[in-house]
Amino acid sequence: MPPDKSSPYDLAVLRQGKMLRRLVGIGIIIGASALCFAAVAGWLSPDKVTPASFVNGFQQANGIHPGFRRNHAKGVCIAGSFASNGQGVRLSKSVIFQPGTTPVTGRFALAGGMPMMADGPKAVRSMALSFRPANGEEWRTGMNDIPVFPFPTPTDFYEQMQAAMPDPATGKPDPAKLKAFVDNHPKTAQALKAIGAKPFSSGFADASYNSLDAFRFVNEAGTVTPVRWTMAAVDPFVAQNPEQSAAGDKNYLFDGLAARLKQGPVQWHLIVTIGQADDPTNDATVIWPDDREKVDVGTLTIDHIASEADGNCRDINFDPLVLPNGIEASDDPLLSARSAVYSRSFTRRAGEDKTPSAVQIDNAAKEP
Amino acid sequence: MSQHQPFPVFSRLLHWLMAILILAMLFIGIGMVASVTDYHWLVSIHKPLGILILVLAVIRLINRLINPPPALPAEMPAWQRWVAHASHILLYVLMIVLPLIGWAMLSAAGNPVVLYGALHLPAILPHDAMLYALLRQTHTVLALLLFALILAHFAAALLHALIFRDGVFQSMTTGQRR
Repeated sequence: MPPDKSSPYDLAVLRQGKMLRRLVGIGIIIGASALCFAAVAGWLSPDKVTPASFVNGFQQANGIHPGFRRNHAKGVCIAGSFASNGQGVRLSKSVIFQPGTTPVTGRFALAGGMPMMADGPKAVRSMALSFRPANGEEWRTGMNDIPVFPFPTPTDFYEQMQAAMPDPATGKPDPAKLKAFVDNHPKTAQALKAIGAKPFSSGFADASYNSLDAFRFVNEAGTVTPVRWTMAAVDPFVAQNPEQSAAGDKNYLFDGLAARLKQGPVQWHLIVTIGQADDPTNDATVIWPDDREKVDVGTLTIDHIASEADGNCRDINFDPLVLPNGIEASDDPLLSARSAVYSRSFTRRAGEDKTPSAVQIDNAAKEP
Repeated sequence: MSQHQPFPVFSRLLHWLMAILILAMLFIGIGMVASVTDYHWLVSIHKPLGILILVLAVIRLINRLINPPPALPAEMPAWQRWVAHASHILLYVLMIVLPLIGWAMLSAAGNPVVLYGALHLPAILPHDAMLYALLRQTHTVLALLLFALILAHFAAALLHALIFRDGVFQSMTTGQRR
């Protein structure tokens, strides 16, 4: 049906200058809307540091190892339970702190983006846990066996990562760049001193693991308490023997854990440290004073260990901001960054083909 | 040509409320995945807002069946009417499917779907990392498609308002015939 002259849909109206100007106006409005969207998406600022920049940095430093975490790549799955003694109820209304037992799955790992790296005396160890109370909530926490985190902000972390990038000529980080970074970042220098002063333990089982970041516990009355927590080993601390690493077993830390678990369950006390008004909650490089009140809220018992596999801890993103009602994020900028970057890393590896992990546990009867 | 009937008031209210929510949602979504320090609070809004949009979209679909929209002007060329109908069907599909995929992908990731405090939704898919990766990709692609479709919808609305001047734009705004 050809439009007649009276039809408002006849494009001949565009011959009128007024209509043409309106059409151009519409184009400008739509174009500006699209431009706003592109700006928010970061498409107009390719140098913006995004979660993907961090993941790309890990990949650049370590190479791409499909299917593996971009950091804390080498690990093993664990499972057990948390027995709450009820002492945490006054601090947090989370059901996990009610007297009783909560099933827990988790993962022990080494910091670093190489899934086949050899265990060594300088590797930071991590314990990641997922508490699964019956009400369907979940609490995930990723902890390290160092007293403080070396960087106060994600920006510092990113800058250090760039400074530590292997020099293409030598394949190793440029010590001058690393030194320059530390010299310009006194908080990092101070944190590294604290980390260096604390000896590593001989294994995973006798190590204690710290939340590093601060969180907020909220109790039934709505009272907010700034906290940090530690999984304090029940096994007596044995300082690491530097000879151990030279013994030739690339997995000596993980094998030691498996051997220890064969003798029986391993336990940790969940110790909550209560921050006072002056204690920084937004700076994980600073240790809170030693005299802060510490509350033992329960005991973690780990009695299962298994190789990473389909659907177990391998496929869990231990995002520290997966929190139950009663635990909230603090103002620590690292928390949001961890959440964002872990999510990006998880999305990449989730879609990649998987290959067996370095740590293979030979105990078909002990699958968690 | 100015015989065009307005939409019922409730339909118009739903339309403009959802227009604001969906635009906010798209900007939050595309912004949060590029954010490091703002990621957490943006995600905390994104999840409950997505579910709110899903609920409103279902209400809107039911409302559309009860209160059908006015017919497009009879003089409108057939191809334009066809594009209008097809794009509206696609808008409805995306308004409902995008939140569902968001919910499904969190389920497949094994993540709890926390809306606020203790309020959370059950998983609607089993924990499956590969499925998560596929749904996560789909979520982005469909969100970009929805934004493109909204721009086209906006452009068409402005064409009706400023160039065709056939009352279609007013049928969703003041309800005046011109």
